[in-house]
Amino acid sequence: MLLIQFLNALQFSMTLFLLAVGLTIIFGLMKIVNLAHGSLYMIGAYVGLSIWSYCDSFWLAFIFAPLVTALVGAFLYFVLFRHIQNADPMRQVLLTFGLIYIGLDSVRMIWGTMSHSISAPDVLSNSIILISEPYPSYRLFVIFVGFFVLICLYFILEKTIIGAKVRASVDDPETAKLLKINTDKILFYTFSLGCGLAGLAGITVAPILGVEPGMDMEVLVLTLIVVVVGGPGSLKGALIGALLIGFVDSFGKVYMPQLAQIIIYAVMALTLLFRPDGLYKR
Amino acid sequence: MNIKNIIIKLFFIILIGFYSSSISYSKDNIKIGTLLPYSGVYTVLGEEITNAMSLAFDEIDNTINGKSIEIIRGDTEVKPNIALQKSRKLISSDKVDILVGPVSSSVALALRDIVVQTKTPLIIPNAGANILTDAKCSKFITRISFSNYQINAPMGTWLANKGIKTAFLLAPNYAAGKEMMSAFKENFEAAGGTILGEEYTPFRKTKDFGPYLARVKDSGAEAVYVFYAGGEAINFIKQAHSFGLSNVMKVTGAGWTTSPLFLPAQKEAAVGFIGSLNYVPSINTEANKLFITSYKNKFGRIPSEFAVQGYDSGKVIIEALKSLSGDTSNKDDLAEAIRTVSIVGPRGPLTIDKNTNNVIQNIYIFEVIAGKNGPELKVLDTINAVQAPGEKCNL
Repeated sequence: MLLIQFLNALQFSMTLFLLAVGLTIIFGLMKIVNLAHGSLYMIGAYVGLSIWSYCDSFWLAFIFAPLVTALVGAFLYFVLFRHIQNADPMRQVLLTFGLIYIGLDSVRMIWGTMSHSISAPDVLSNSIILISEPYPSYRLFVIFVGFFVLICLYFILEKTIIGAKVRASVDDPETAKLLKINTDKILFYTFSLGCGLAGLAGITVAPILGVEPGMDMEVLVLTLIVVVVGGPGSLKGALIGALLIGFVDSFGKVYMPQLAQIIIYAVMALTLLFRPDGLYKR
Repeated sequence: MNIKNIIIKLFFIILIGFYSSSISYSKDNIKIGTLLPYSGVYTVLGEEITNAMSLAFDEIDNTINGKSIEIIRGDTEVKPNIALQKSRKLISSDKVDILVGPVSSSVALALRDIVVQTKTPLIIPNAGANILTDAKCSKFITRISFSNYQINAPMGTWLANKGIKTAFLLAPNYAAGKEMMSAFKENFEAAGGTILGEEYTPFRKTKDFGPYLARVKDSGAEAVYVFYAGGEAINFIKQAHSFGLSNVMKVTGAGWTTSPLFLPAQKEAAVGFIGSLNYVPSINTEANKLFITSYKNKFGRIPSEFAVQGYDSGKVIIEALKSLSGDTSNKDDLAEAIRTVSIVGPRGPLTIDKNTNNVIQNIYIFEVIAGKNGPELKVLDTINAVQAPGEKCNL
């Protein structure tokens, strides 16, 4: 029982991490809170749904849905985000907020309003027995994807030249430019990567949580909470926030079901009260 | 183009607009206003109900005693305040004769007073709150869908009589979820069953049932009884399957959980679920087969129980209007005609309870079985002419 709950919490945390990390690196780099991040998550899930139903292959969907989402992100960057980077925060928020509605109505027009579902691939559709309790192997896969992305991002950011350039652009864009780092290019790639990660989250959890209009807003609120609690703009903050919110929510539902609706908001309020900059401060 | 030109053109456009709207406003038409969701989370239900109702009108070529029937749509957006606005428009400017709607009980409660005050007969094709045909009943409100009690109560008795003595309840935390669970609980306990635990999940906010499923499994109950709809139903069934819940207990519940609308997404994960509902597609009667064929021909998919409720609403309207020879001038007579109708629809014989204006209908206990083209609902038992209580209503 405890092990199962632990894995449930870890799986939820990893989903939150995939979402929060994209939002947080875009924020760290561009100082833009992209409220349309949830919409990109939804687009990833719907694109995955289409690929899955046409090609009957989950793995094709798993590979191409994030890529398509990253392309959508690249398009948005060129058309919109590039131009509002230095605008005042109110305009940025309103613009990305408008994108939420455009995204939702586009999805309704293209895919309709029904709830859909994607089947997990055959290899992962069964349960694994963990100490006499069956546990769905697909959920273990979600945990694996989360850790894989975490390790990849950590390695790229900390151990490669590109990562060093990204960090330089985040910390001090002026000096980075003087050092002939093409910050515009870095912004573009990072933004697309962040969007692609949202798409990856969408297709990864689709076999568990389904695909339906409105899924964007549900995760947007959670993702914002994770970013705020963890401390915006950093990989470690996103991880800490995702783990805290994931575990509090999952265990809260089991041991304090009456408080299930409010417990994560309570955690957020407490964090903001005692650590206004989030738990992890760079 | 100068400004004068534009003004002249605008003038003509407005003139044409007035002219054409005055054509469509003719007193000989019978106007049916719908107050259903055509946008928002329940869009599919609004469409199913309207589609099926128009199918019933098509069967009589949309005419009764020489008067043509016209459907005027009002989109409630599943918001009580919007629904109220739309109802005012339909009642006072469109001058509809009968209203059909809504899907959601909270919207129905918001509409209750205006239809009673204006004496506009309202036919409810879905909303199941018990109170609508109990303390808040009115002779102008006729429910031909179900009350939450009506669907869930028979299952409590049935399961206990089948030898299942312990159950765990799981439902979304809102009025309908609680009404359904308490109807089941009351009858299950009366028949000798024990409820080992109950859990109410945040409504429309629960996507991951993992934490709850582990708890349900741990309870050691012989059955879990649930109610979910839409995306929550799909997620619950799939996740319960992947956690192997059906290996340790019977998975049962209100039949919407495995509605034909959701089965294509739930697939084999739904197999073994036992549910109760007022309609299943496999009912073996001529009326039902005919309905399924014509619905499929026109709309390209198998009708759901929501479509059936819309179709029966149409049928009830037709029968009531026929008995009045198409005369809708006296609202009291119209309301009386509606509540004295009895028809045989796709789901079986329907009559209206004289005391509460709630439909009296058969409830089907079914099991989801694996069929050739995906899962099917197999009827295990039929509980005939189930009535809903309504002590606080005196009609």
